[in-house]
Amino acid sequence: MLESEYQEHNRFFLNMGPQHPSTHGVLLIVLEMEGEYVLDPQPVLGFIHRMHEKMGESRPCQSFMPNTARMDYVCALPYNHGYVSLIERKAEIEVPKRAEYIRVITSELNRIASHLLWLGAYLLDLGAFTPILYGFDDREHILDILESITGSRLTYCYYRFGGVYQDIDDTFIAATRAFVKRLRKRYSIYEKLVTKNIIFIKRTENIGIVSPDMALRYGMTGPNLRGSGIAYDVRKNEPYSVYPEFDFEIPVGEQGDCLDRYMVRVKEIEQSLRIIEQALDRLPDGPIRAKVPKNIKLTPGDCNFAVEAARGELSYYLVGDGTSTPYRLKVRVPSYSNLSCLPELGRGILLPDLVSILGSFDLVIPEIDR
Amino acid sequence: MDTISILPPELIRMVIAVVIIISFLFLNAIMMGYAERKIAGHVQRRPGPMEVGSHGILQMVVDGVKLVGKELLIPFNVDRTLFRVAPLLSFTPVILPLLVIPFSEKLQARDLNLGLLFIVTMGSVNVMALLVGGWGSNNKYSMFGAMRAVAQAIAYEIPILLSLLAVVLMCNTFSLKEIVGAQQNIWFVFLQPVAFIIYVVAGLAETNRAPFDLPEAESELTAGFHTEYSGMGFSLFFIGEYTNMFIVASVATVLFLGGWHGPHLPYGEYLGVVWFFLKVYFLLFLMIMVRWTYPRVRFDQLLNFAWKYLVPFSLVNLLITAVVVKL
Amino acid sequence: MKQYFSELFTGGKSLVEGLGVTMKALFSPIVTVQYPREEIDITPNYRGHIDLILDPEKNTYLCISCGMCEKSCPSDCIKVKGEKMEGKKKKSLVLFELDFTKCSLCGTCVEVCPKDALEYSQEYNLAAFTKEAFHFDILKRLEERRI
Repeated sequence: MLESEYQEHNRFFLNMGPQHPSTHGVLLIVLEMEGEYVLDPQPVLGFIHRMHEKMGESRPCQSFMPNTARMDYVCALPYNHGYVSLIERKAEIEVPKRAEYIRVITSELNRIASHLLWLGAYLLDLGAFTPILYGFDDREHILDILESITGSRLTYCYYRFGGVYQDIDDTFIAATRAFVKRLRKRYSIYEKLVTKNIIFIKRTENIGIVSPDMALRYGMTGPNLRGSGIAYDVRKNEPYSVYPEFDFEIPVGEQGDCLDRYMVRVKEIEQSLRIIEQALDRLPDGPIRAKVPKNIKLTPGDCNFAVEAARGELSYYLVGDGTSTPYRLKVRVPSYSNLSCLPELGRGILLPDLVSILGSFDLVIPEIDR
Repeated sequence: MDTISILPPELIRMVIAVVIIISFLFLNAIMMGYAERKIAGHVQRRPGPMEVGSHGILQMVVDGVKLVGKELLIPFNVDRTLFRVAPLLSFTPVILPLLVIPFSEKLQARDLNLGLLFIVTMGSVNVMALLVGGWGSNNKYSMFGAMRAVAQAIAYEIPILLSLLAVVLMCNTFSLKEIVGAQQNIWFVFLQPVAFIIYVVAGLAETNRAPFDLPEAESELTAGFHTEYSGMGFSLFFIGEYTNMFIVASVATVLFLGGWHGPHLPYGEYLGVVWFFLKVYFLLFLMIMVRWTYPRVRFDQLLNFAWKYLVPFSLVNLLITAVVVKL
Repeated sequence: MKQYFSELFTGGKSLVEGLGVTMKALFSPIVTVQYPREEIDITPNYRGHIDLILDPEKNTYLCISCGMCEKSCPSDCIKVKGEKMEGKKKKSLVLFELDFTKCSLCGTCVEVCPKDALEYSQEYNLAAFTKEAFHFDILKRLEERRI
């Protein structure tokens, strides 16, 4: 369109990001706006590309462990889990039962921590300043528990091929049980302050409706897909580790608006607590690490492993060539597909609604750019 | 007081009153700024400012010194006169209403017999300051914020007027002193609860406080209409906002909560101000708590709320009051 | 019409309940700690940068300068050099440097050491003005701890 026509229709371009409080990372969204309405949002990626996959292809496979935690730092243990399980599947290593249980407990704790952070950040985008601090108060307990066995608070490098690095002791079990009890008592705070609040409901109901067909077309996974009504969870549909032994449900939304995605994540916290309780009750004794050769040679051929990260289905793909360095390592991250439906979803909406939709997708940009 | 007597005793009294009021304004801004930060901290289970002075008492003083010492940046290509005038426009109309508010039986700078109308008029002048500030910044974000602020302020003036009119109908006067005098037996909040709630909510929206603080929405448009201001300009906007809140709370106290009425005190004509301040600061405490509890309302929902909920309720309230008073 | 009033009623009730939650939090004790005036104890499993273990009996290091840690480090941040000194059977450690600006705290070096000569330190409040301050000389740190 001509410049004069643009000004006549009151159209202009607005850059949202890369530095912006609401985009949850370094994301640039170029908005073509008409007055208050967004005509066409176009995300621009690549500001935080750190070449993790290339690092995975130039060093032996043992050296990739710290990279896995840095791709999505909010929910790092499922990333660890996916990578070690991939190599274990490739090299046919058997993991002892106790190690599998410890992996499940720590992964679920990390999932709860990720959802608590998302809740706080989402409400901060909407303008409420206190729920984020309540969420961080709960999250501190999880971080302290995980720090006592892994030694790190955010970027964990705890799983090893064939098991875990260090065993858990009685203080860990007691602290986790105390945490489970404490979090169950705190639900009423979140419910009264956030879930039932009329202002919050007005900001999220019937906004950003993702139909099941649209979700499947773009390959969305995780709570975004479950909010639209499709009950797909990697832990139930392609079970891995010891998840088949636990009894938990998959919460599903109805409409696919922001409120449904919010409710799905809140209910997932409760389901994770159930898994942790069952795992703690049935924790077996035994070794925590299998005997693994020092230099694992990856046989020629490819291999794939998918896990359920907090944001959706995360899968690793490996092509080996006989040495201990992978020939190709590919990481399929959930946030990339989740973000890709934004141009279609965001046509003709108001700017505050765009902020609300972005927050409800739970994106972490460093994992998109890797 | 119908005759305008500017004889020396009256003149000296007025001058002293104005000086006390202006110094009280700055003191109030400092106290409220400190109270807001401490309350915000404790609501979020953290201590708030603790470093400067014991428990952070001197924090606002130090902040004031810092703001005064900053460079008054004037961005390139702005309208210089408008840019400089905006903070002054936002600060001046909020001093004047304080001259007609009865702090106590004998502590009132000037009792106009149209006092209430004067206060509401000054509130409307405030809107112009926002527009001038937003336009003069030559920045599309500030302009957005200013336009939203103007629409919001205009929409919420109507419920304010209508709810205040209900009280005026009951007392037959606009003079604030007489309205307080009429509440000797029963406070008007018990006779007009709906009007009280509508007035407090609309007053909150008028002062651009959360959850109606869209003109300053941080997470969407940086800082809205006062993005480009630094140093003293910013602090004038800030003091203006706190004073506006004080005025809304004191008008609500005077009209609904019985002004300076309270249990008996010696020197009651002067010390009635203690009860007045207790009530005003209780309302201000509620306003601060509301800011840190609720998320922000979307702009069209804000206007919807004004036109579809507040205006009909205040109209119906006014009608019922008129009918009851007539009978 | 009925929805208008019911929405108003439930909305108002939810707002009052939310205010009740924050009021209750206002009068609850704070959960933060005034760092650096008060400090919290950290867990002994905390992963700080690596240090050589001081053997209490022999009053020296256990390292045999094999270089396994240097080879297996994914970030190439360890430098080890050993030399054969006169009169000693095994190699003596001459240089052990850690470039902490590159370390990712993965723990590979501690694991692969055949003599278990490395451990994690507990230092968490490291701050400096230059990059060189984080090029730790681990051997010198050991010498300072020797009795």
